[in-house]
Amino acid sequence: MINFSNVSKRYPNSYDALTKVSFTIESGEMVFVTGHSGAGKSTLLKLIAAIERPTSGTIIVNGQNVGALKGGTIPILRRNLGLVFQDQKILFDRNVFDNVLLPLQISSFDPKEASGRVRAALDKVGLLSKEKAKPITLSGGEQQRLCIARAVVNRPSILIADEPTGNLDSDYAHEIMNMFRSFHQVGVTVLIATHDAALLGGSQDRILALDRGILTV
Amino acid sequence: MNVWLSHHLYALLLALKRLSRNPFPSLLSIIVIGIALSLPAGGYMLLGNLQSLSGHISGSPQLSLFLAMDSGSTDISKIGSRLKQHPQVSSFNFVPKDSALEQLKQGSGLSDVVDSLSQNPLPDAFVINAKNSDPVVLESLRSELQKWPKVDHVQLDSAWAKRLDSLLNLGQLAVLMLATLLSFALVAVTFNTIRLQILTRRDEIEVSKLIGASNGFIRRPFLYFGAIQGMTGGIVAWLIIALGIYLSNDALADLASLYTFDFRLQHLSSRDCLSLLLFSTWLGWVGAWLSVTSHLSHIEPR
Repeated sequence: MINFSNVSKRYPNSYDALTKVSFTIESGEMVFVTGHSGAGKSTLLKLIAAIERPTSGTIIVNGQNVGALKGGTIPILRRNLGLVFQDQKILFDRNVFDNVLLPLQISSFDPKEASGRVRAALDKVGLLSKEKAKPITLSGGEQQRLCIARAVVNRPSILIADEPTGNLDSDYAHEIMNMFRSFHQVGVTVLIATHDAALLGGSQDRILALDRGILTV
Repeated sequence: MNVWLSHHLYALLLALKRLSRNPFPSLLSIIVIGIALSLPAGGYMLLGNLQSLSGHISGSPQLSLFLAMDSGSTDISKIGSRLKQHPQVSSFNFVPKDSALEQLKQGSGLSDVVDSLSQNPLPDAFVINAKNSDPVVLESLRSELQKWPKVDHVQLDSAWAKRLDSLLNLGQLAVLMLATLLSFALVAVTFNTIRLQILTRRDEIEVSKLIGASNGFIRRPFLYFGAIQGMTGGIVAWLIIALGIYLSNDALADLASLYTFDFRLQHLSSRDCLSLLLFSTWLGWVGAWLSVTSHLSHIEPR
């Protein structure tokens, strides 16, 4: 489902963010990417969504060579991914409902069906009662749940989250992590980058450990 | 619903929402566009009215044909019959030299001078009404008649119509140049409006790109915005011209009655109005397109 082979990424005038990284994630797996900040976790996730292009190596996502995608086909790749960003990227000029609706508008859902899907996604993350609220009035944990609802409303086959518990206390963090596990249980491939080892639920989770751009596990 | 249609409907609604969310700046740019368009369109309207006015006055263009002094009655009847058969001549009138002298005597107050003349200095003449009022056709008719035997001189009495016509042509050129310049201004206004919008919607554009929006999806609401703004500007221009006509028509009617004819400004024809709206819509679209194309590529998610 996701395959990296000998992928390197060097930013212009900078160090190698990733060096010859190879791995395969099967459909339906739940995988954690760990490492210190600056280890290349975010870069790895950005490469999957074609936000960054690899300097060398090939990346296959859902059978597509991501590095070779032309500009016009990137949106189609991204519509099949659910992305939770490190900096959240919530739109504060619209309410919770409209934030979650945006991905469906982009893939031109029927409006009636779309609002049903938005409510379902908000219900799943426990924000249904706040659908009319402005995001600025939500707590940090609620904002993060809003991001998750927006990522899953399109029912993507792959869910990618970059430090989804980054600025949350441990109770909230576990709550969020259980949410990801429940998506995993219904068959979604889940890929989470985190520096917080306490979140890893023991041996059953697969871990990709990065150290200064090199895959160590 | 058809995907393509729903995308466009979404973009249109979004554009309308954005337009109404900031009514004051939107209104200002629409008024600027309206004023810019009303100048050339108003000039065009005036020219159209002047053209119909000149056609109205010179409705029956006349030529005066003066015979040579030595022509006799056979020459006169020969020319008369040739004129009768000419396809461009609708009617003509023979003015013998004696009656012309008589007219001069009575009309000009020069009877003493005329009486003192030993012989009649005036030639026999024909006053000819042409069928066609087109100055080019009249001119060719004039030179044709000039070549007939025993014709001394042919004068186009409506030469001033020709002058007016070339003046109107000049006016048309001026309106065209004004329209071209102000079209650029309109494109620039739209370009800037859309640029500001893109800058204030940077987050939205970035997020949309990240979750799979195509460039077309992002571009479309801006294009609709530009087109709607252009079209509304066209409507404002129409209203400005209508107001101008309304305000000046009474005064014009007074002026025209002094010259004993009825004259009122007419607004642009419905076809010209449609062209005005389509053109302004198109210009708005072009301005938006240029702006979106040059600014959108700078917003790439990181």
